[in-house]
Amino acid sequence: MAAKQGLTIWNPTASGDRGGKIFLSILAVLAIAVPLLNQAVPASSALHLSPFGITLIGKYLCYGMLALAIDLIWGYCGILSLGHAAFFSLGGYAMGMYLMRQIGRRGVYGDPVLPDFMVFLNWKSLPWFWHGFDHFGFALLMVALAPGLLALVFGWFAFRSRVTGVYFSIITQALTYALMLSFFRNDMGFGGNNGFTDFKDILGFDLHSDTTHVVLLVVTVAALAASYLACRGIVESRAGRVMHAIRDAESRTRFLGYPVEAFKLWIFVFSAVIAGVAGALYVPQIGIINPSEFSPINSIEAVIWVAIGGRGTLYGAIAGAVVVNYAKTYLTGSFPEIWLYALGALFVIVPLFLPRGIIGLVSARGQHK
Amino acid sequence: MKHYPSGGWQVLILLALWGPASLLAQSQKDTSFVSKLDALREASYSDKAVMAEQLSQTGHPSVRAVLTALLEDRLYYRNSDQKIFIAKVADADPLDLIEPLSLKGAGSAPADGFTKIGTNNGLRHTLKMTVAHFSLSSPDASVRMDAVREMMLSLDEPTVALLRERAAVETNSSVKKEIATGLALADLDGTDAKARLAAVGVLSHSVSHDVRNRLALLVDGEKDEQVRQAAVSALQTIDRWRTFYSDIETLFFGLSLGSVLVLIAIGLAITFGVMGVINMAHGELMMLGSYTTFAVQAVMPGHIGASIFVSIPAAFIVSGLMGILMERTIIRFLYGRPLETLLATFGVSLILQQLVRSIFSALNRSVITPDWMSGSLRINDALAITYNRLYIIIFTIIVFALIMLVLKRTRLGLDIRAVSQNRAMAKAMGIRTEWVDAMTFGLGAGIAGMAGVALSQLTNVGPNLGQSYIIDSFMVVVFGGVGNLWGSLIGGISMGIFNKLLEPYAGAVLAKIFVLVALILFIQIRPRGLFPKAGRAAEDK
Repeated sequence: MAAKQGLTIWNPTASGDRGGKIFLSILAVLAIAVPLLNQAVPASSALHLSPFGITLIGKYLCYGMLALAIDLIWGYCGILSLGHAAFFSLGGYAMGMYLMRQIGRRGVYGDPVLPDFMVFLNWKSLPWFWHGFDHFGFALLMVALAPGLLALVFGWFAFRSRVTGVYFSIITQALTYALMLSFFRNDMGFGGNNGFTDFKDILGFDLHSDTTHVVLLVVTVAALAASYLACRGIVESRAGRVMHAIRDAESRTRFLGYPVEAFKLWIFVFSAVIAGVAGALYVPQIGIINPSEFSPINSIEAVIWVAIGGRGTLYGAIAGAVVVNYAKTYLTGSFPEIWLYALGALFVIVPLFLPRGIIGLVSARGQHK
Repeated sequence: MKHYPSGGWQVLILLALWGPASLLAQSQKDTSFVSKLDALREASYSDKAVMAEQLSQTGHPSVRAVLTALLEDRLYYRNSDQKIFIAKVADADPLDLIEPLSLKGAGSAPADGFTKIGTNNGLRHTLKMTVAHFSLSSPDASVRMDAVREMMLSLDEPTVALLRERAAVETNSSVKKEIATGLALADLDGTDAKARLAAVGVLSHSVSHDVRNRLALLVDGEKDEQVRQAAVSALQTIDRWRTFYSDIETLFFGLSLGSVLVLIAIGLAITFGVMGVINMAHGELMMLGSYTTFAVQAVMPGHIGASIFVSIPAAFIVSGLMGILMERTIIRFLYGRPLETLLATFGVSLILQQLVRSIFSALNRSVITPDWMSGSLRINDALAITYNRLYIIIFTIIVFALIMLVLKRTRLGLDIRAVSQNRAMAKAMGIRTEWVDAMTFGLGAGIAGMAGVALSQLTNVGPNLGQSYIIDSFMVVVFGGVGNLWGSLIGGISMGIFNKLLEPYAGAVLAKIFVLVALILFIQIRPRGLFPKAGRAAEDK
């Protein structure tokens, strides 16, 4: 089993990091082209990028970052998490709480402190866990801390008792399911099933203006590039080698004296933090966060992005996320009936015929020439 | 007196069973009954009371129906031939008629051809007593029980007298108890403190909500200290018993939820236990079973009661074939790659959901519950058990026993166990492991289909039916120990009960969250579930 799973998915000597360089160049082009096409090209021109287009690109990139986080642990450490959307959503909620506090008196009920839904629920004061979220810095800290701490506690429990393979997958699925149920409750203080929406501005910049969106996109591009480089750095470091070893032969690595649980735990926490940051970037661009983001299918969908892109390549996962979500946007718009068939077929076909995903297909062709 | 039709019919059936011997006596009864009935038409109010009394003395099976109809202003006569009829609903137009002698339907006719046989307050009062008296002397204990319950709603002096009279001759113990409760309730209003004390003593054995409330009222208003003390302690006793019965009810709910979980988890346990395949489409195979139930009912709309028995094998076959198809076309290429299998079967689940949406629409379909499964079994005033949940528990036991039988006593079961214990060795011994894999997967899927039939009786049948239960059932499998049927049984039942025990304190959603968290913690102590699989197969990778 181990041998089959450990097909040489990643081979650093064969191509260097050519894919990574291409990927980073694309990001650089995006960071320059998007502001130009939106701000400099007049709205009448065919080349003009609409605010909707920017939002869409931003969304794909955030999903790409989530895929990157999953690929880091699945492709390189063999940990399949079916609950990564939970970390993504937690990061999103942390950012959402900051944005809710920024609304201030401009809410429907005009309460200076309480968000609308709390006024609506007749709450008299801000719950303790809402304090501090009026500071952007604190919110940023929580964006990383909330998913990171959850991953730390959960991972510590899970890895310590050697919950591996499909067991781990199912338990993570239960985790995100339990979180979804909790966040649906009004008593939790996170807006119940409506979640957070109607944001006004971030750091004083109007969230409805094009400029803000362009800036957010550039920030997203930068964050994606940074997390890509961080992940690349990790997988090519000595710790990365140990992770490969854990993926391919966990028991053997343990017998060689490596603290397998510690490695798994820290990589899991790091991955959760990346997912959280992705969620935090996602919320201001999309303008809403609600408990359905926690639903198990979101996490599983994110896993299929990675599988389709090609796991164990990092940039492949991001490419998969972009391609699948572009297909989703197109199909749900034009042929809503077809989308689930297509998604279902992807789940079936990719493991059967494309074990190395799109990237595998492309690079195999390249090697033939 | 809404119970009259069933009571009347039961008496009628009883009489029908007597057969020819009583035919002669019956026709004599009919004649006197008809003559008394005819007299009723023209009589004055005070005469009508006498007539009603005489009518009841004929002992004719239709007496209750006719008198009840009169009481409820549903007795009419036809203007053209003065013939008397019972109307199903008073003051309707046209009137739905019932022939009073045979109690058979007599079609409907415009209301202006009929005249109502009127009543006044005094007459209604007498009639009520006559009907009650007649019902109390019915040979059917359930009719008597209903009569007593009805009378307890308005306890006045004549009613009490009637009950006292009946108490002396009543033989059925539960009716006797009910009468005693009624009399005691009446005694509470009396002036005699001793009688009240005795009544409180009798009532302390009841568990009825009404009795409890009456006693609580007594505690507030009672002057006599001794009676008050007795009432307080009786109240405590009643509350203790009511808590006890509500605990039993919770336990029952937990048991029924647990057996649903078991039913779902068994199939998962089989596929995972033998092939190491986590089948994410299991919920959708269940959904197929539910839709099969719906389709079977659509095909045989006249036989809803029997349709369930057609649905069970049909669902087994439909889901089983789908399972075999899945195994042959997808899963067999992915053996040894559990994570990929998980994704591929998840893809199948999405396709099946969309398929059902395309065929049956995204709306929920309602599966009709057969008569014999609806309603509830009333144990006492504080405890009633719904039949559909009871049958699902029984169904789970049967399915579980059957699967155990298949696994332990058949050739297929032997093969399945051999392959799950040591695939290579089984192959070397000439077992067609590929065929066994397909059959095992088919068996697991078929059981999911049968679970779907059971679920269709509990929830709405819609494309998302599978998803709402699948995570819970995975938890059961993980809790019980993968691939262990007994583990799934105990795991499912205890999770169901745990869930329902928590619900009153925490609410449904929070209870579910607690269960999930508890499970995650449980995995810490026993990472391989309650009953881990021993031996080589337990080693992962």
